[in-house]
Amino acid sequence: MLQVDIEKQLGEFSLSATFTGEGRVIGLFGASGAGKTSLVNMIAGLLRPDRGTIVIDGETVDDTAAGLHVPTWRRRIGYVFQDARLFPHLDVAQNLDYGRQMNRLAPDPAQHKRVIDLLDIGALQGRRPGKLSGGERQRVALGRALLSKPRLLLLDEPLGALDEGRKLEILPYLVRLRDEANVPMVYVSHDAAELRQLATQIVMLKQGRVTSFGGVKVLA
Amino acid sequence: MSEISPAEWTAILLSLRVAIIATLVATPFGIALAWLLARRDFWGKSLLDAIVHLPLVLPPVVTGYLLLLTFGRRGLVGGFLADHLGIVFSFRWTGAALACGVMSFPLLVRPMRLSIEAIDRRLEQAAETLGAAPWKVFFTVTLPLALPGVLAGMVLGFAKAIGEFGATITFVSNIPGETQTISSAIYSLIQTPDGDAAAGRLVIVSIVLALGALIAAEWFARRATARLHGN
Repeated sequence: MLQVDIEKQLGEFSLSATFTGEGRVIGLFGASGAGKTSLVNMIAGLLRPDRGTIVIDGETVDDTAAGLHVPTWRRRIGYVFQDARLFPHLDVAQNLDYGRQMNRLAPDPAQHKRVIDLLDIGALQGRRPGKLSGGERQRVALGRALLSKPRLLLLDEPLGALDEGRKLEILPYLVRLRDEANVPMVYVSHDAAELRQLATQIVMLKQGRVTSFGGVKVLA
Repeated sequence: MSEISPAEWTAILLSLRVAIIATLVATPFGIALAWLLARRDFWGKSLLDAIVHLPLVLPPVVTGYLLLLTFGRRGLVGGFLADHLGIVFSFRWTGAALACGVMSFPLLVRPMRLSIEAIDRRLEQAAETLGAAPWKVFFTVTLPLALPGVLAGMVLGFAKAIGEFGATITFVSNIPGETQTISSAIYSLIQTPDGDAAAGRLVIVSIVLALGALIAAEWFARRATARLHGN
C-alpha cells in the first residue's frame, strides 16, 4: 500500500530511504533530525524527492525518472501535524467539513457521526480553535483529516506538543482509530513506547538512512 | 458657520465618488500585487516594489504630469483607449479617479501585503493536504485570514484618495462639477475673497473623513490580530 524509494539532499543533510509498508500502522521511528518529517512531507507531496518513486495504494504519485509529481491536493492523503493547524477563522464544525467540501464529496452523515463519536468531539462543534485545549485541538485535527476520506493518513508526532497527561488522554483515541477507522497510517514518533502501542510495522531512521525495518520487535 | 452650500455638496459628493471608484478598482490589483510581493520570489521584485511606492515619494505634480502624458487624449494609452474603447480620462472625473487610484495605491497595498505575510503558511499547506487546489487555498484560507488587512488597506487608500490634490489638479484640472474635488475646491476658495467660511466647512469635512478612515483602519487591524489567534 505504500512504497517509498527516494533520495533527497537538504543542505548538508542527505536523506535516502527505501521501504514497502503493508501494515495498518507503519511506525516511522528515529531521533529528531533523522529525517522523519522530511520523509512524511515527501509522501504528502509537500516536498519533492531529488530521485526516486513513491507509490500510494497502487498509484504512483512521484516518479522523478518520468517527471511525475502529483500535487499534494490531488493525493487524497490526510495529514495530522504536531501543531494541529486548525483554520482559526472557521469553527470546529467548519474545520471538520473542509476536506469534504474541497474534494466535492457527497455528505456522509453516517461516517460523520462515526468519526465524531470515535473522537468525542461532538460537544466542540460550535467553538473556535482558539478556545480549545491542546488535546481537543489534536482530536479535531484527526477528525478533519479522516473526514476528507484519505486513502492514507500521515501523523507527524501528533502527541509531540502535548504534556504526559494529555498524551495519555489522546492515545486511546489513536488505538481506536487504528482498530476501527480502516485507514492505513504512517505514524511518526521518536517515542518507542508510543509506537509499541500503535504500530504494526516499524521503519527505523537514523541520520537519513533506514537502519532497520520489520515488526515492533525492532524497537527493542 | 452656516450650512454647506450646493456647490460644496457637489465637490464633496464628487470626491466621494472619485475615491470610492478609485478604491474599488484598485483593490483587486492591490490584492494580487500584495500576494505577489508577500509570497513569490521573482526577478525584478524589488524594482516592482519600488515602482509601487514611487507615487509616495515623487512630487504629486510629476505623477500628474506623467499621467497626462500617458493617459491624456494624445498620450500613448489614453489615445488608444479613447479611439477604441471610448474611455476618456483627461478633464473628466474618471481621470480624477485614475490619479487618486495611482496616488493611493502604495497605502492600499501595504496593509494587504503585511496581513498576507503574517499568515502562517503551514495553514495553507494543511488546506492542500485536505484536497484544496491552490486557488481554493487562496479563497478559503489566505483571503479570509487577510480580510481585515484588505479592508484596512481599502480604508487607508480611500482616505488618501479623497484628499488627493496635486496629481489630480495637474492631470484633470479643477472643473466644478466634473473634476473639482474637496481639495481643489478648498484651493480655489482660499484664493477667492470671502471664500474663508466655505473653505472652513470643507476643511472640517476633510478632517472628519480622514479621522473616520484612520479609526476604521485601526479597528480592522485589531480584528485581524484576533482572527489570527482564533478567537
